[in-house]
Amino acid sequence: MSGILLITEQNAGSWHRMSFEALGAALQLGTALNLPVHACILGSNVGPLAAEISAYPLAAVIALESGALAEYTADGATSALAWLVDQLQPDYVIAPHTYRARDFAPRLAARFGRSLLADVTGMRLDGPSPVFQRQLFQGKLTADYAFDSPAPNFVSVQAGSFRAVEPAAAGAPVESKTPPAAEIRQKPEPAFQEQGRAVDLTAAERIVAVGRGIREEGNLVLAQELAQALGAELGASRPICDNGWLPMERQVGSSGQTVAPKLYVAVGISGAIQHVVGMKGAACIVAINKDPAAPIFEIADYGIVADLFDAVPALTAALQSS
Amino acid sequence: MKILVAMKQVPARDSLLRAAPSGLWLDEADLGFEVNEPDAYALEAGLQLRERYGGEVVVATLGPDRAEPALRECLAKGADRAIHIAADSPESFDPLATARLLAAACAPEQPDLILTGLQSDDLGSGQTGVLLAELLGLPHATLVMAIDAENGTLRVKRELEGGWFQHLSMPAPAVLTIQSGISRLRYATLMGIKKARSKEIRRIDAASLGVTPAPGLRLLRLYPPQRAKQTQFLSGSPAQQAAALVDKLKFEARVL
Ligand SMILES: Cc1cc2nc3c(=O)[nH]c(=O)nc-3n(C[C@H](O)[C@H](O)[C@H](O)COP(=O)(O)OP(=O)(O)OC[C@H]3O[C@@H](n4cnc5c(N)ncnc54)[C@H](O)[C@@H]3O)c2cc1C
Repeated sequence: MSGILLITEQNAGSWHRMSFEALGAALQLGTALNLPVHACILGSNVGPLAAEISAYPLAAVIALESGALAEYTADGATSALAWLVDQLQPDYVIAPHTYRARDFAPRLAARFGRSLLADVTGMRLDGPSPVFQRQLFQGKLTADYAFDSPAPNFVSVQAGSFRAVEPAAAGAPVESKTPPAAEIRQKPEPAFQEQGRAVDLTAAERIVAVGRGIREEGNLVLAQELAQALGAELGASRPICDNGWLPMERQVGSSGQTVAPKLYVAVGISGAIQHVVGMKGAACIVAINKDPAAPIFEIADYGIVADLFDAVPALTAALQSS
Repeated sequence: MKILVAMKQVPARDSLLRAAPSGLWLDEADLGFEVNEPDAYALEAGLQLRERYGGEVVVATLGPDRAEPALRECLAKGADRAIHIAADSPESFDPLATARLLAAACAPEQPDLILTGLQSDDLGSGQTGVLLAELLGLPHATLVMAIDAENGTLRVKRELEGGWFQHLSMPAPAVLTIQSGISRLRYATLMGIKKARSKEIRRIDAASLGVTPAPGLRLLRLYPPQRAKQTQFLSGSPAQQAAALVDKLKFEARVL
């Protein structure tokens, strides 16, 4: 086949929402290169999902099903998908850059002697060939990449970079395939959450989030005072929770909470994508950072470029006197 | 247990990054370098496993001459010895080429466990560990937050999205990519720094590993990101900035 193979993601019969962003990316590339898009769904009993996604403008939907795929494992996903790629011989394989794709997609690409182009944020055509964008240095620079390798080539796309598309009721044919049995070395146990959550950041109307710029645990009081003056909850970026300065339930981002408050004040946070996916839905974003090139300013409504040790106490004082 | 930790030296977090005139890499003048943070967590996990189960921790890096102090730092924290795969511009290797070189240099060590950070904070492809596993025919797990190793079986805690976790078992030898926060990082002691001076760093020329370059990913150009939103920057003294912001939040954004 000449075309694009989209790898979607589902868990126990529910879509990972990024599947539809990757679908948007696959259709965009398909339109640009005039290539049909085939979507595959991995799992067992994925019939209802296959029927649902067949309403999109796809050439075909492939339900890749077996009992061994009921629970995700790196070995299971890699060998089933390698079998499918081998059968279909697509030009491009596209997956959402989820934690699961981080786990299997490099291995899948390597099975074909390829490097995965991971976490792509955009694409355009340069003559007949696509050029892909991705972030380097945690979002501080952007880079253009091209493939020198022949088909198949493998791409994963970043959360929030491609628009999810609307179904077109096209009614793509659904085909069920069973991959050959494979050795699966990982034995997964059920997913769980850590016990006891004292705060619910998702319900907060205002959040002051503090990042590594705060430097020391003892300085957290500055952010706490600002939060109090604003009537806000205190949130944090990952390094603050990694250090144990605040409990993990206050971590905002892809591994923590996804929040959408009316006001989000990011203090000494650089704006790495894994943080941004958790807060970019805030109605109003304020960033306080000494680095004018910090990626957080790409999504901030209001910015204060300053040393937070000056700016935060000044803001707390201004709020208290207003 | 013999533990191999693959580590990368990356530009220091707070450095000012400028693209070189070639547009293919950074201007390295005035640039500081440090151990990639997720790799520091991988080393920490390795050292703690050695404390629990005994054995040896070997660190390996692919990098130019400037990467040697990063290896020395790992030795000072307690790694037993190091392997330096020397290459002048390692950034020109794509993820698979990087992993092939590391695999070629590390396979003869026959480690029981290979640890890497889950990604490097410079190129951020997040693939080295997973590719090492594929090239060496080993099972792997990514985003690892805890490790137990009893009777040749590894049981790890993996981070999933949105605050969820999962345990997973697999046979050793295996490759694990470590997520930050697995435990607190230790500092090198004065004694450790002194001892590190006499520890072995074995240098292997990357070109001698017999890995033939294959066409793969090509970096065309580096450039500053484009802004999606027009941020209103507030100017003046801290007090003036604060007053202006409060005003905007009240009357423009209406969130106060
Ligand atoms: C799989 C995965 C999952 C992850 N999950 C999450 C997650 O859920 N949440 C999360 O937050 N991160 C997550 N991360 C980590 C993320 O990639 C970043 O490393 C992290 O968000 C950086 O935190 P930070 O912005 O506080 O620190 P840094 O990136 O170090 O930024 C510190 C900022 O503070 C500024 N600063 C320093 N001093 C001052 C000062 N005196 N005044 C003003 N500004 C100052 C600096 O200019 C810099 O911009 C994840 C990473 C991976 C790979």
